[in-house]
Amino acid sequence: MSQKLLEVEGLTTGFRTQAGQVLQVLRNVSLEMQRGETLGLVGESGCGKTTFGMTLLGHLRPGGQVMAGSVRFEGVDLFGLGPDELAKIRGQRVAVIPQSASSALTPTMRVGEQIAEVLTLHLGLAGAELQERVLELLTRVHLPQVVELVRRFPHELSGGQLQRVAIAMGLAGKPELLVLDEPTTGLDVTTQAHILDLLREIQESTGTAMLYISHDMGAIARVCDRLAVMYAGEIVEDGAIDDVFADPVHPYTRGLLGSVPRLSYAGLPQAMAGRPPAPGEDAVGCAFVPRCAFADETCKTIDPALEATSRAGAIPHLVQCHHWQRVLASGASGQMRDLKARMEQDAEAEPLLELTEVDITYAKRGLAALVARWRNEPEPPTTVSGFTITIHRGETLALVGESGSGKSTIARTIAGLLPPRAGQIDFGGQDLASAVEGRPAEMHRKIQIIFQNPDASLNPRHTVKQILDAPLRLYFEMDGKGRLDRSGALLEEVRLTPRYLERHPGQMSGGEKQRVAVARAFAAEPDLVLCDEVTSALDVSVQAAVLELLAGLQANRGAAYLFISHDLAVVRAIADRVAVLYQGRICEVGPVAEIYAPPYHPYTETLLAAVPEPAPGARAQLLAKDVPEAEPPTRGCCFQRRCPRRIGSICDDEAPPSQFVAEGHIIRCHIPLADLGESQVDLISPAEIATQGAVVDGK
Amino acid sequence: MRSLSAVPMRVAQSLRWFAHIWRSLRRSRQGTIGLMIVIVHMFIAVASPYIVPYAHHDIDGKNRLAAPSAEHPFGTDSFGRDLFTRVLLGGRAAIGVALLAAAIAVLWGGLLGILLAFIGGRVDEVLMRLVDALLAIPGLLVVLLIVVALGTGFSVLILTLGYAYGVTTVRVARGAALGYVASDFITAARARGERKTNIVLRELIPNLLDVLLVEYVMRASWALTAISSLSYLGFGIAPPTPDWGRMVFENQVMLAISPWGTLFPVFALASLIIGINLAGDALSKAIGLDRSQEAPT
Repeated sequence: MSQKLLEVEGLTTGFRTQAGQVLQVLRNVSLEMQRGETLGLVGESGCGKTTFGMTLLGHLRPGGQVMAGSVRFEGVDLFGLGPDELAKIRGQRVAVIPQSASSALTPTMRVGEQIAEVLTLHLGLAGAELQERVLELLTRVHLPQVVELVRRFPHELSGGQLQRVAIAMGLAGKPELLVLDEPTTGLDVTTQAHILDLLREIQESTGTAMLYISHDMGAIARVCDRLAVMYAGEIVEDGAIDDVFADPVHPYTRGLLGSVPRLSYAGLPQAMAGRPPAPGEDAVGCAFVPRCAFADETCKTIDPALEATSRAGAIPHLVQCHHWQRVLASGASGQMRDLKARMEQDAEAEPLLELTEVDITYAKRGLAALVARWRNEPEPPTTVSGFTITIHRGETLALVGESGSGKSTIARTIAGLLPPRAGQIDFGGQDLASAVEGRPAEMHRKIQIIFQNPDASLNPRHTVKQILDAPLRLYFEMDGKGRLDRSGALLEEVRLTPRYLERHPGQMSGGEKQRVAVARAFAAEPDLVLCDEVTSALDVSVQAAVLELLAGLQANRGAAYLFISHDLAVVRAIADRVAVLYQGRICEVGPVAEIYAPPYHPYTETLLAAVPEPAPGARAQLLAKDVPEAEPPTRGCCFQRRCPRRIGSICDDEAPPSQFVAEGHIIRCHIPLADLGESQVDLISPAEIATQGAVVDGK
Repeated sequence: MRSLSAVPMRVAQSLRWFAHIWRSLRRSRQGTIGLMIVIVHMFIAVASPYIVPYAHHDIDGKNRLAAPSAEHPFGTDSFGRDLFTRVLLGGRAAIGVALLAAAIAVLWGGLLGILLAFIGGRVDEVLMRLVDALLAIPGLLVVLLIVVALGTGFSVLILTLGYAYGVTTVRVARGAALGYVASDFITAARARGERKTNIVLRELIPNLLDVLLVEYVMRASWALTAISSLSYLGFGIAPPTPDWGRMVFENQVMLAISPWGTLFPVFALASLIIGINLAGDALSKAIGLDRSQEAPT
């Protein structure tokens, strides 16, 4: 038996289009994996990562075909096997853990049965032994109360718990290779930290090899020993994770790493222009040419081959670039720039939006509320409670917190889509009617929203022209010609061209669509833009570009942003002030520099500790359990149940006082400030990262 | 006010839309076959008065219950009327009624369904229960009842069928619209301060046009079946207008002696309905709807 677990050689796959053309997806991919190795696979969406992962199970999407090369698992060519032989390998020797556990599990089957099914199928277990093994597996992935848990249905579990169940299922057949396809995407940062920790632990104790597919550099850095970078269906760089992170030699890897916002650096990440080519779009030569600063005539005509760099190490460092030596010699890799002129914390800045003691609830209204009262149903706790905050003209206030913390709810209330139950909202010194229908047109114009997913927020049947027309028609007296000119100008402003006017959303990439959504918001010439997770559905490279765009527009137009995000690194890059929200209650609010330095609120500290930084060795700490909470506690501190620094019953009974740390920096906690200042969390300083070479400040 | 230049753009857009639907239909073999059958039928329906060899009431006394021959390609019925002529003409009235009835059904049913989904709340709740109650009565029974009460006539038939199938369309349109009502682009329009009529007309309905188109095709197929059934029972297209359903009734007693009078109208009706269904299925598949769960009432 060979030492190598997996050998992929010259693998080229493609699919046939309706027109009968065969388009290549993976192109001449060669890669080896040793036993017990953890390999991260990164790249933007559409680069073929998932397609590659699935070939390791001998699977191709319907219509797909292997055009050349082989995938050998322990010397056996997977695509040469019949369905029965493949079935023996899948699940038992190679297992996959999918991105969305909730859609991978059968909703009508109990969790225990689903795991038992795998065990019966692959190991032929039955009876007491089977039950025992199910419980053992669930315990193995650190799920609580496993005896009760096996009887639960998938919808009764939280996202993190489901992902753990999926991991348990993946482990059930004791596979030698686990293919993990974006296993933590869509999870909260604290939950993600726990899952990553679990994966690392499983790897260390079982020696299972893992292929970890992700676009999240931080997650990869946490789990993997080796990193492969995929672009346009080719491996462009492959090496030990420390080598690649410390000094990437492919321009694409540099671009990717540079576009990741970092917790430890208060600046905008460098955006990478362009997008990866779609299958069939690429011509001869290196596929990265249109986006590459190092490209010359050679790159346009000759396909580069994967070659070893001079770097010595246990894991060979390979790169597919004609000019890697030139790239290496050019020094600075991902440069970070502090483009955004930060607002000075100015006490005299004019307040734009003031929310005072706002309570929001999704409780029943009208007749349904009367029925509920008559039935003696307890009133659900308010989703957002006592929310008080001020947004000043031209500033960016970030609202951070995990899912369910009420961030979007607050945005909806400000937009007038969800009337608050109590409290006062003032906009520009005027009382703001609670329902959007009751507001004057001028108010509609001044407050605009940008949503998370441009696929959902742009009408698929409208052209870009029609999309941009909507606000222009509503708010301004303009004739058709005027609107056309304005739309064109707006597209230029978001770095698209007027050629896009006739396109439908379906004909654009995710980043382009989000730019159109930004253009629509700015068509209204707003004073306040509510940005609801506007970059979280985008690739990091695209995210960097959209962040840069938002910062630029703010500088030119002077609009204020309410920037909602769960990503603390993004927030650090763009915000002037930050409010940390847990269960609809503010834990901490202050200028961005204050928030990212001790003293921290215990919740802020927990969040910061959980963020995986894209630097090897930066291991996150797990401060609180990732127990989901459906409802906030009725009294005391909102974070009482999960707080790692609980001091006693006072936390359960009394609402925490507001402690003033500095000008505008408030922490709501019972713990004295002096104690909070002694934090275990120490963000790696930019200087430290610079010495690692991952980020070089543009000096 | 929309400027005039917007009008050609709109026209171009709808043309593109039809071109897209045409292409997606042609992509499926079943769809292409169905479409061909429907086109042949439509051509015959329009052109038959000019191509038939006889008048539908011409009687050839010497040739009664004749088998197909050069003189009478489909044979003759018990009165000696030419079956080829009558079969070619026999679809016109039924198809006309079905197309108009389906148009009325989709117009009122679709609009009401979309509005209910958009308005929601108690209005939606109450009206949908009413729709449920109406749907509980078999459609053909309702139509039969109304036709018996009001008498047969084209307008009565069209309106009655338009009403009966519209009730089903309310459900379908509401279901399809619900998927969009909560979507972000509608929320964005609300937050922008758009008027409700504008949200429904500009944002919602363009997304439902394809669902309504499929709905129209399917309702037309059902309406055609219904009219033929009514005619067979003597409540549909009244003589002397030739009609397939009526012809089947008139000739069934002679089935053992001369099957032609029954066979040809049945074939004509069956082929048209199969054609519409094939095209409709391909259409709904092309635009991502699954009609397999839906059965005629």
